[in-house]
Amino acid sequence: MNEQSHVALSEVVRRYDGPPVVHALGPIDLVIRRGEFFSIVGPSGCGKSTLLDLVCGLVRPTSGSAKFEGQELHGEVPDGVGVVFQEDSSMPWLSVRQNVAFGLRTSTLADKEVRERVDHAVSFMGLAQFADHYPAQLSGGMRQRVCIARTLVLRPRLILLDEPFGALDQQTRLLMGDELLRLWRETGATVLLITHALDEAAMLSDRVGVMSARPGRFIDMVETGWSRDRDSRVVADPKFGTLTSRLWTSLREESLKTMGRAA
Amino acid sequence: MSDLSFDNVQPSLASRRRIRAFDAIVLILLMLALWQAVGSWTQGVAVSPPWPTLTYLFGLVRTWMFWDHAAATLAAFALAFALSALIGLALGLIFGVRRFAGEVAEPILAGFYTIPKVTLYPVVLLLFGLGMSAKVAFGVMHGLVPMTLFTLGAVRNLPPVLIRTAKVLRLSPGRTMLWILVPACLPEIVNGLRISFSLSLLGVLIGEMFSSQRGLGFLLVSGMAQHNVPLSTAIVTVIVLVAIAANTLMLRLGRPRAR
Amino acid sequence: MTRRCAALLVRIAVLAGSIALLEICCRFGIIDPLTVIPPSEMVTSMIDHLGSGELNESIVNTFSTILLAFVLAIVCGTLAGALIHSSRRLRDVVDPLLASYYSVPTFIFYPLLVALLGLGKAPLVVLGVLSATPAVMISTLSGLDSVPPVLMKLARVQRLSPARALWWIILPSALPRLFTGFKLALSYALIGVIAGEFILSGTGLGYAISFAYQSFDNRAMYGTMLFVLLVAITANGILYVWEGRLARRRLRG
Repeated sequence: MNEQSHVALSEVVRRYDGPPVVHALGPIDLVIRRGEFFSIVGPSGCGKSTLLDLVCGLVRPTSGSAKFEGQELHGEVPDGVGVVFQEDSSMPWLSVRQNVAFGLRTSTLADKEVRERVDHAVSFMGLAQFADHYPAQLSGGMRQRVCIARTLVLRPRLILLDEPFGALDQQTRLLMGDELLRLWRETGATVLLITHALDEAAMLSDRVGVMSARPGRFIDMVETGWSRDRDSRVVADPKFGTLTSRLWTSLREESLKTMGRAA
Repeated sequence: MSDLSFDNVQPSLASRRRIRAFDAIVLILLMLALWQAVGSWTQGVAVSPPWPTLTYLFGLVRTWMFWDHAAATLAAFALAFALSALIGLALGLIFGVRRFAGEVAEPILAGFYTIPKVTLYPVVLLLFGLGMSAKVAFGVMHGLVPMTLFTLGAVRNLPPVLIRTAKVLRLSPGRTMLWILVPACLPEIVNGLRISFSLSLLGVLIGEMFSSQRGLGFLLVSGMAQHNVPLSTAIVTVIVLVAIAANTLMLRLGRPRAR
Repeated sequence: MTRRCAALLVRIAVLAGSIALLEICCRFGIIDPLTVIPPSEMVTSMIDHLGSGELNESIVNTFSTILLAFVLAIVCGTLAGALIHSSRRLRDVVDPLLASYYSVPTFIFYPLLVALLGLGKAPLVVLGVLSATPAVMISTLSGLDSVPPVLMKLARVQRLSPARALWWIILPSALPRLFTGFKLALSYALIGVIAGEFILSGTGLGYAISFAYQSFDNRAMYGTMLFVLLVAITANGILYVWEGRLARRRLRG
């Protein structure tokens, strides 16, 4: 297709054969451009995480096609994709530095190159002081930074993040958002962020997709138009309020539907 | 935003350690005193007091007879423990990875755990005859199931996010098992080994107590039969010390980064 | 069909299949009938012996001993556990003991107990109590630990008396773990008492099995053995299911 398209989902549907049969997602049509920062917001249970699984190849679509860099995804994760999960995926038996280096264990790089990349990732994420500590000694936010550093060290071309800052307080989230933008600019990767925080999506992204309640489909696509060297201070820009309110207007209806269902 | 605040914990930790050491010594002295009291109150008919037991023990460890019996117990135990550990580990891994099989098997294994296995001992004797293989079988009967259950639990409690990480990093199944599954489950597995150790030992000793002509268990029972109270007490002391030492060692091994 | 049902059915099938296999092997002589008698004969032997009443005295003896040991273990264990929990210092001393307790085969003390207390009920009860009490202590400590501090704050905000705080908040909160301790106590008391009877006693079901073995009366031995195993499995099974119910209710909520 388009040379610019990095990720292309076409009429993707994901169903789970029960019992009971669950129509989790779709049909979804989505094109993410190379180097774009794209966020997805939606009510809980709408299938956001399933969409992430589809994009990185952990799961196959029941129908439709999912392509990464023009290649069809066949239920295997392709080279060049990094994922930061919602849950803490740091390994408790390795130190911070060893955790970060874990990503390169299967690579063919020379030891020197590995050490350089690890050191860079560790200091980039502000973990240099704690490089020899173990995850159990760190706070939740720092453990997520370890997971991000581990992803960073692989130099992925596509970075997927599933509510990575979910468990953190608001101030930490804002600062971590700035870190994420720095990461994005430095690596030039395409970023797909899943979040339930509308302000986070509005502040960080080039484009935000709003998903409906289950089965998730896109009901709105919002271009933010921010410049590339933005940070959390865009909250002061009047356009920020407009964007956030537009997202909420689209989302409110769907969230009510989900709540009704849950109650 | 300091995430670590160990500095203000340290001083009270040190003083707690000192108090603990002191209390531990007091406790040991109390237990020795109790031992002495029981020993002298029964005039050495039931239990031999600490000092005579100790002197008897020093004499005992210089005899061939003692080491002959100890070796018999050790041989049976080593074999029983090795079998329990290896088979238990393998079964536990299989049942942990194959979820459904694990679900089917777990209550059966847990049920076996609660049976007075002593009642099955005659069957073991009938099947294996009188001798070392019966003792080993009995030891394995005691040690296998907890090892399996602990390993099964460890694999099952593995956070799924670690498996997804392995998939995203495109690790082969062998590497996933070696680099992620085993290190993550290791503390629980060591715990299982510790329990399995004690129970295999128990099984072997009971086997010796009931029907053997060799081994520490046999010495214990024959000591009672011959009214050789210092012998029995000395054997009990040896077993207790060995058991506690091994247990403490394995507890330490299972917690390298305890903070 | 839910997964649990499916697992249950497969489990029953596996057990039934194993018993059937054993039956066939014994009937066809693959396993020497002098060594293991067919399961069907074990059942008939058990029914015969139970029916004839010759086991009645043993049953009463054994079960009363187990029950006594069980009750003592629960009472002493819970009280001791609560006491230890209230004192940090006491706990620091006792924790390593409890951690190592079950690594020592309690059983080796049995001959000494017999020498001390004679051959009768007493050493059996003591053995059962020695086996079961630490498990109760450990679960009591664990249960009391598990009461979330926020609930204790709630008790103070509601100005509850200590008795009410205990009855309305602490005990219900700690109950699942306490119950696990009770379940273990029954299991260990049962195992301890029967093992003791087996090795060195004059009465009880354990002794009956041992006696039958020594007298080469395989039929009686297997019949009694089957009875003991069924009782053990049933008693523990009931507590296990009950424990599961308690735990599941908490998890969902």
